[in-house]
Amino acid sequence: MAQVAPWLAMLGFGAFHGLNPGMGWLFALSLGLQQRSEKVIWLSLLPIAAGHALAIALAAVLVLLGLRFISLGQLQWLTAFALFLFGLYKLFNFYRHPRWVGMKVGMGDLFLWSFLMATAHGAGLMVMPALLRMAEQQGMAQDLDLDIVQHPGAHADHALAAGGALWLGVGVHTLAMVAVMGVTAWLVYRKFGLAILRSRWINFDLIWAIALMIAAAAAFLAAMGVV
Amino acid sequence: MALWKPDPSFYPSAKMAMQAPPERHAYVAALNHGRNDKPDAICVVDLDVVSPTYGQLVYTLELPNVGDELHHFSWNACSSALCPQAPHPHLERRYLIVPGMRSSRLYIIDTRPDPRAPKITKVIEPEDVMARSGYSRPHTIHCGPDAIYISALGSANGDDGPGGIFLMDHFSFEVIGPWEIHRGDQQLAYDFWWHLAEDVLISSEWAKPGQFEDGLVPADLLGNQYGHRIHFWDLRRRKLLQSVDIGAQHQMLLELRPAHDPRKNYGFAGVVVSTEDLSASIWMWHQQDGDWRMRKVIEIPAVEADPDQLPPLLKDFGAVPPLVTDIDLSLDDRFLYVSCWGLGELHQYDVSDPLVPKLTGKVQIGGIINKTPHPQSAGPLLGGPQMVEISRDGKRVYFTNSLYSTWDDQFYPERMGGWMVKVDVHQDGGMALDPDFFIDFGETRVHQVRLEGGDSSTDSFCYPS
Repeated sequence: MAQVAPWLAMLGFGAFHGLNPGMGWLFALSLGLQQRSEKVIWLSLLPIAAGHALAIALAAVLVLLGLRFISLGQLQWLTAFALFLFGLYKLFNFYRHPRWVGMKVGMGDLFLWSFLMATAHGAGLMVMPALLRMAEQQGMAQDLDLDIVQHPGAHADHALAAGGALWLGVGVHTLAMVAVMGVTAWLVYRKFGLAILRSRWINFDLIWAIALMIAAAAAFLAAMGVV
Repeated sequence: MALWKPDPSFYPSAKMAMQAPPERHAYVAALNHGRNDKPDAICVVDLDVVSPTYGQLVYTLELPNVGDELHHFSWNACSSALCPQAPHPHLERRYLIVPGMRSSRLYIIDTRPDPRAPKITKVIEPEDVMARSGYSRPHTIHCGPDAIYISALGSANGDDGPGGIFLMDHFSFEVIGPWEIHRGDQQLAYDFWWHLAEDVLISSEWAKPGQFEDGLVPADLLGNQYGHRIHFWDLRRRKLLQSVDIGAQHQMLLELRPAHDPRKNYGFAGVVVSTEDLSASIWMWHQQDGDWRMRKVIEIPAVEADPDQLPPLLKDFGAVPPLVTDIDLSLDDRFLYVSCWGLGELHQYDVSDPLVPKLTGKVQIGGIINKTPHPQSAGPLLGGPQMVEISRDGKRVYFTNSLYSTWDDQFYPERMGGWMVKVDVHQDGGMALDPDFFIDFGETRVHQVRLEGGDSSTDSFCYPS
């Protein structure tokens, strides 16, 4: 169970990010409606997913880079505090978004928009505890091989393996996100209509801030070695 | 501040907004500048048909300062909060942003908890407005997807600089600063609105403060010195894209009413008066080969009149100009209402084909010559149809009679008072005055009307109808 936990977290956060109308499916849907083309909806999801993936990948890069300079424990504490402070800020400013006025957007714009929204809302930060746990698991698996003393190159393999797992995590997250975005956009487009926005659009901004705090709590527990 | 579900008055499309429940009250700007020493006020009018006080003034919120001269106030948030690029659907349509056009003061008025007893929650003093916005004489408010946009007619430090648009944070109500990054040669300002899905903002021209604050300057009008251009801006990059001059004789290009359906890239602009023949006109903007074009689609001629019956300003002309001072487009983009303030007529045009408007209805009340009374009025009425507001369902139209203090006195020199009336719209065109709805505000004049939950000149929509 402990082995799959970070993977489930990446998957779950991906689904959560995908469901949030502010992360892209609604933008894609509006572009399709405006241009009277269903194809536009599905095509628009691609740059949105790519922009989001980049934001998450940056978090993975931060983890890998961080581990080169400081220990896993230190990085866990750092992540926990960063998440806590950012979550606290969002808790009181959950309604704030980066200013973006344009609706006449091309694929490049959508990519940039999605990256900006994901980054500014701390999407990458939110999954960092899960990414750290993956790195930790990879490290432990390597340690169990007991090869470190015999093979001087083991440290590099070690990092490589951890990197591979993290990239896979980014992929899992993005796939979950794009799948949920697609299904949600399809349901609203084909089944429910835009009127559903009026009744079912719950306050994702506030939930997002709470999710950041939950991630912070998980990060603290991990840093303390409780989980 | 935070709602769990979107504000129920936000609608994704204009079509959905038309299914909104009828408004139960209206907020009306009441003006005392130049009439007495009382401050201006925001009045609440009961529009709930089952209420015992229906059609009556039920509350008056007096402002703490004298001489603000309220004009076009509006809501802090509207349906544009659902726009997909930076949605904040859990904002409340709750605060009225009320600019004092003469004082440059801004009031934030809270309509909760009791919408019929609104109260002031914040006042931004003129020095602060001017220092932070770079402008003075704030005029039109629009709730944008990312902020509150406010047009202003004068520059911060006097009368000569350009008028323009500034932004206000829609959470904290702090003035952010000027909106334009590249304004080109735009100098005059008045109204503005946008095509959100096209990233286009449109602005119009009235005049510099010196040309209107003490009254219409006849020499400037005859010299074609009032505004006659319309500006098209890149809403995203905040720069001027194109200006169209519709001809210097077309003086005062004022109200802008873009189609509400984001798939339609056209709209209507009203021109007050032509110095060639005193006619008024409505123009349609549309795009052709990537350029914005203006085309005159309605012309309303002046009516000959006995000079003895005319105010001093018009005696030499021997005619009454229609003076189109406000226009309003129904949410289905089907009917355009046109105020002929000089004639004392409200026109209704079917603009289903925007290039070929058809006159489908006319209501007569007030007017420089006719002074047509209302069935409930004590006698002849001064002023004419001016600020028009259409209910979201398009079935009711409300209007008031005052234009602007000093101008009221020039065109209606017999000490015009304030009144508000209602028109019932027939489903397929045509309209009639509601013979029972007449609110007499006494010597206080009334201007902008805002309806509970939004109306046809407040909300903009990001999703097609």
